[in-house]
Amino acid sequence: MSELSVNHLLGIKYLKKQDIDLIFETADHFKEVINRPIKKVPSLRDITIANIFFENSTRTKLSFELAQKRLSADVISFSAAQSSVKKGETLIDTVNNILSMKVDMVVMRHANPGAAYFLSKNVNASIVNAGDGAHEHPTQALLDSFSIREKLGEVAGKKVVIVGDILHSRVALSNIYALQMQGAEVKVCGPKTLIPKYIESLGVTVEPNLRKALEWCDVANMLRVQNERMDVNYFPSTREYAQQYGVDKALLNSLNKEIVIMHPGPINRGVEITSDVADSQQSVILDQVENGVAIRMAVIYLLASKIKQ
Amino acid sequence: MSHKILLTSKEVNIMLHRLACQLIENHNDFSNSVLIGIQPRGTFLAKRIKHILENEYQINNIQLGFLDITFFRDDFRRNTNPLEANKTQIDFLVENKKVVFIDDVLFTGRSINAALTAVQSFGRPSEVELLVLIDRRFSRHLPIQPDYRGRQVDAIQDEKVKVCWSEKDGEDSVYLI
Repeated sequence: MSELSVNHLLGIKYLKKQDIDLIFETADHFKEVINRPIKKVPSLRDITIANIFFENSTRTKLSFELAQKRLSADVISFSAAQSSVKKGETLIDTVNNILSMKVDMVVMRHANPGAAYFLSKNVNASIVNAGDGAHEHPTQALLDSFSIREKLGEVAGKKVVIVGDILHSRVALSNIYALQMQGAEVKVCGPKTLIPKYIESLGVTVEPNLRKALEWCDVANMLRVQNERMDVNYFPSTREYAQQYGVDKALLNSLNKEIVIMHPGPINRGVEITSDVADSQQSVILDQVENGVAIRMAVIYLLASKIKQ
Repeated sequence: MSHKILLTSKEVNIMLHRLACQLIENHNDFSNSVLIGIQPRGTFLAKRIKHILENEYQINNIQLGFLDITFFRDDFRRNTNPLEANKTQIDFLVENKKVVFIDDVLFTGRSINAALTAVQSFGRPSEVELLVLIDRRFSRHLPIQPDYRGRQVDAIQDEKVKVCWSEKDGEDSVYLI
């Protein structure tokens, strides 16, 4: 197979294992491209892409823009704060207005779960979900798995623990789908208030004790506590959270094996992980960022190849 | 479907040696030249040429790379079959080097056109030459001609020239299909 089974990237849930394999193989090629002295290919010179971010983002937006530019696509970007959304325009109207400027693909981040799915049913363009509320963040999960594959050879059979704010995390859900699809075993670990009630129905187990979780795993994906999504207090204090669920160098060194530390960013240094862990040899956090560009190039390239002339 | 043999194993072998000798005429010890096989099928020819230069003419330290042109092709989204990429492996810069592109068949010239763009990602070569085993001379879409050719073939558009290599296909031969 050398074509994706989908026309949009709305979530990992809608992909097949073969799609993920194809995205990774294509990303391998693009990773080589972005390490050349001249890092650009002309493939998408007749494609226009709109990046529509209704929520704040630094690295995802930059990463998408860079990926699109490396592929020679024409790119327009907008943030909700500066747009007519503030004036009361609906999502479909906003996007259709952009599409009438002959845009072929829309990359969207939105606070509402299902926003990308909704858009894909109502507008005539290829949609890439760059995060929809607490639902999915497929490109992040793909780059996380790609980074595991790069560091450990393969994803199948690996034990991955996702630590922290699972309840509000789209990264967690997409990662669970992606890792399981590739044959990895997944545990989640965090304060009980931040673990969704029915998480076990996804086939993951819950480990409330961080040390036990770390001793079990090959990879620990440390999530950020999403204060902006918390309407009530889910734990007594940040200090207590850091003591219970933060990873520091002493804890890491006391384990009987060397595990890989990941973080989707942005890091709250001293909360989820300390600085010496974030900057240690075991951390692949900056590799994740580099791989993010290659993965997004692969996703955009493969989706663009399905857009009819 | 009829298969007509254009070149036998012996003829391919003679041709490879001739092409290697022609390269030596122009590139001496290859100190300022690099060979680049065009993915996917040009890589076999490139490795063979390098092997002959090293083993039969004792020219060592020849730099050989493989260039994939998938992302530089001009038929993206125009082809019914999805394009499949191959690995690019060029561990050197081509800045001010004499580059020799090596491919098995020169047909429309569009692959070489894409390769000329793609190679610029690795620097600005002082000159670029083209070596092909088979030159389908009346099929060109672009003003591109080889500097070294094994055999010129006149074939109609619907016919296909297939170059077989022993390491991949079990024998060295060229067929018209």
